[in-house]
Amino acid sequence: MCGIVGLYLKNPKLQPKLGQLFKPMLIEMTSRGPDSAGVAIYRNPAKKGFTKFSLAHDDAKFGWKKLAAGLKAHTKKQVSVEQIGNHAIVTTNAKEEAVTTWLKAHHPQVRIVGSGQAIEIFKETGLPEKVYEKFDLTKAKGSHIIGHTRMATESAVTTAGSHPFATGADLCLVHNGSLSNHNRLRDNLKREGLEFQTENDTEVAAAYMTWKLRQGASLKETLEAGIKDLDGFYTFCVGTHDGFAVVRDPIACKHAVLAETDDWVAMATEFRAIAHLPGADKAKIWEPEPQTIYNWGGH
Amino acid sequence: MIEIDLEKEGVRGVNSRLHSLPKDTNERHWLIKNPMGQHAIACGLDAPLTVEIGGHAGFYCGGMNKQAEILVHGHVGPGVAENMMSGIVRVAGNASQSAGATGNGGLLVIKGDAASRCGISMKGIDIVVGGSVGHMSAFMAQRGHLVVCGDAGEALGDSIYEARLYVRGKVDNLGADCIEKKMTDHHLAKLARLLDKAEIKANPKDFRRFGSARKLYNFNIDHADAY
Repeated sequence: MCGIVGLYLKNPKLQPKLGQLFKPMLIEMTSRGPDSAGVAIYRNPAKKGFTKFSLAHDDAKFGWKKLAAGLKAHTKKQVSVEQIGNHAIVTTNAKEEAVTTWLKAHHPQVRIVGSGQAIEIFKETGLPEKVYEKFDLTKAKGSHIIGHTRMATESAVTTAGSHPFATGADLCLVHNGSLSNHNRLRDNLKREGLEFQTENDTEVAAAYMTWKLRQGASLKETLEAGIKDLDGFYTFCVGTHDGFAVVRDPIACKHAVLAETDDWVAMATEFRAIAHLPGADKAKIWEPEPQTIYNWGGH
Repeated sequence: MIEIDLEKEGVRGVNSRLHSLPKDTNERHWLIKNPMGQHAIACGLDAPLTVEIGGHAGFYCGGMNKQAEILVHGHVGPGVAENMMSGIVRVAGNASQSAGATGNGGLLVIKGDAASRCGISMKGIDIVVGGSVGHMSAFMAQRGHLVVCGDAGEALGDSIYEARLYVRGKVDNLGADCIEKKMTDHHLAKLARLLDKAEIKANPKDFRRFGSARKLYNFNIDHADAY
């Protein structure tokens, strides 16, 4: 059992309130997942040619400035860093592969939790409210956000095992459910060159999507292929750089509800997470059909 | 009408007040304000009350109901009127999955659509859905009626025992041991009464009837290889 929530703002005037609107959504799902929480927020897009990396380290006193200086010296490119909790957002115009290779060689304890132009991912063990406060998300401004509250069933309660999982540039995934064929799929994906940080089943779904997208599939094609290849129970909420998508397995065993107004689109495992949004009582509300892809924004 | 604010009193507080009413109470009409999609609202009632819920409710709304009439002025989450014994639950909007699950009696009316597994294991409840129902509806249904004014999803009536299913729209496909049956005058009259009670206008002649082929009652030795 986990809780997943997503909020996509159609009305740009609401963007300054994104973090504030989302807070009760995530916290309402605490009873579904009190062991860890995480969010992917889309905000402050980097300039053209720049990439934002969401990095995490278990040591809250880790020297991020020193890391940034090292990266700058190595790549001879612009590097800026902002520490948020035990995470840091590193923005650079260095090539993505050069950054990841350097990080692995010089800072193997640093986890790359996501990357892209607009995405920032924060995740941690602990109660959702504490996690939200830790990363100062109430004041966050942005266009859309997806979140997860975790009750671990398939792997250990660790920060790395928390959701969201990145699936490519500006793409990430949260999951409610459990996959039954993740070990076999993980082996297959490892042979394709994908790397894993955990034994988590959702990380396999994320890696699967990364692999499909790298092959040139569109997001919709990737999700359609996922319905065929991922076995088990799932409701996924997927964030893209300018939208988000929702998909459920063919049996639609895991709960999900969608709501839409002129101002926003929200998805959640339970309606009570959406009830706090302005105009929720008048929103169009429905349950997503099994193996049907719903997406807003993006292409 | 007596108003209770769920946001102030909480689900436990609201349900306790309704449970503590004596059966011959004169305080029979209640409005629960600010339901905010919370779970188990107006569950376990056992008195001839009218309880209105002023918005959307979460999981298991009106579960185990006896005698009461519960009106939801919004949508409901999974398991509305689960295991209802008697009384009426009316939902103005849509219902999530497993509506009326294991219900023994009473009437559940959903004006909008119901999602998957509507009437799963129903044991005597009558369910009338104004819109469509999702896949696996009336799975293992044992007794009662499921009326669907819209369409039915895949595997309608899978492993059905004795419930009667009436569908006006299209049926994706039928589950194991569920077959279409002839609509007689007796069935038309029963369906007309159900629609009337549900306050849904529809012509009974537009519906088709489905029920059990009764082949799953006994183990069939000829099919032993299939198990």
